[in-house]
Amino acid sequence: MLDDQDRALLRRWQDDPDLSPAQLAEAMGLPAARVSRRIARLQEAGVLTGLRAVIDWRALGYGVEISLRITLEKSAPRAFDEFLAAAREVPEVVEIQTFLGRVDVRLGVIARDLHHWQALWRDRILTLPHLADIEALMTVATVKAEEALPL
Amino acid sequence: MSVEIDETDRAILRILSRDAALGAAQIGARVGLSQPAAWRRIRRLRDSGVLAGRRLELDREKLGLGVTVFLGIKLAAKGRVALEDFERAVSAIREVARVEHMLGLYDYRLRVVARDLADFERVLRRRIMTLPGVGQVEANVLLSEERRPGPL
Repeated sequence: MLDDQDRALLRRWQDDPDLSPAQLAEAMGLPAARVSRRIARLQEAGVLTGLRAVIDWRALGYGVEISLRITLEKSAPRAFDEFLAAAREVPEVVEIQTFLGRVDVRLGVIARDLHHWQALWRDRILTLPHLADIEALMTVATVKAEEALPL
Repeated sequence: MSVEIDETDRAILRILSRDAALGAAQIGARVGLSQPAAWRRIRRLRDSGVLAGRRLELDREKLGLGVTVFLGIKLAAKGRVALEDFERAVSAIREVARVEHMLGLYDYRLRVVARDLADFERVLRRRIMTLPGVGQVEANVLLSEERRPGPL
């Protein structure tokens, strides 16, 4: 189980994930060896599962962000699996979430512009298997994007 | 204005989006570059804003945050002041991890992180439903989530 120091460490690291373990130790006023040991333990316990780079797709020319709310045709027994496998094949799909509620699946899709989006929509999205209903919303602005969990 | 990147940059981004703890020497070895050459490319990607930082990936359930709910919110009133008031108030709620202004079926999409369903209900009733200008609210409970590498 996590103790208070684990939580403090994760809180501090979430606030500034660019810190190296040594810098994190310094920021917390703890010996570097102890911080490394705790990080290793959190990894072994499966609490800390990765450290990944965040890519700003806008900087690479992907200016359009679309959220697709999808209901699947669930009469086919493997509808979910087949749909998810096909969605993974579309490079512009950056997020796949499944839900309990009115929506079965949400796909986060990026496109260079609306012209590119139209091509994606017709050639890659509407051709996905087992679609029953699909609705597209466009992200106008991200007001708050806190990756940090409230620990 | 977008940043031009080549195949080697793409390879570096693919590696870093899986494991951002790797150093320039390890990355260089994987893409066939010397440590200094890899370091220069990584710095260029960072300076140009393509690499926007790192993110810790944590197991929410093991941290006692078992429930994530996405809320679609329609505002009852839609003047500019109404939007600003709502955005300010909703961004201040600790359990609301993400707020996106949307065009389409609803106006805002919120990602809410809670300990369990009872905790979520408390946040929904006390914090969200009392926000200024809230109209219709739709909730979907997250079952699974995966981030894809994207078009690299």
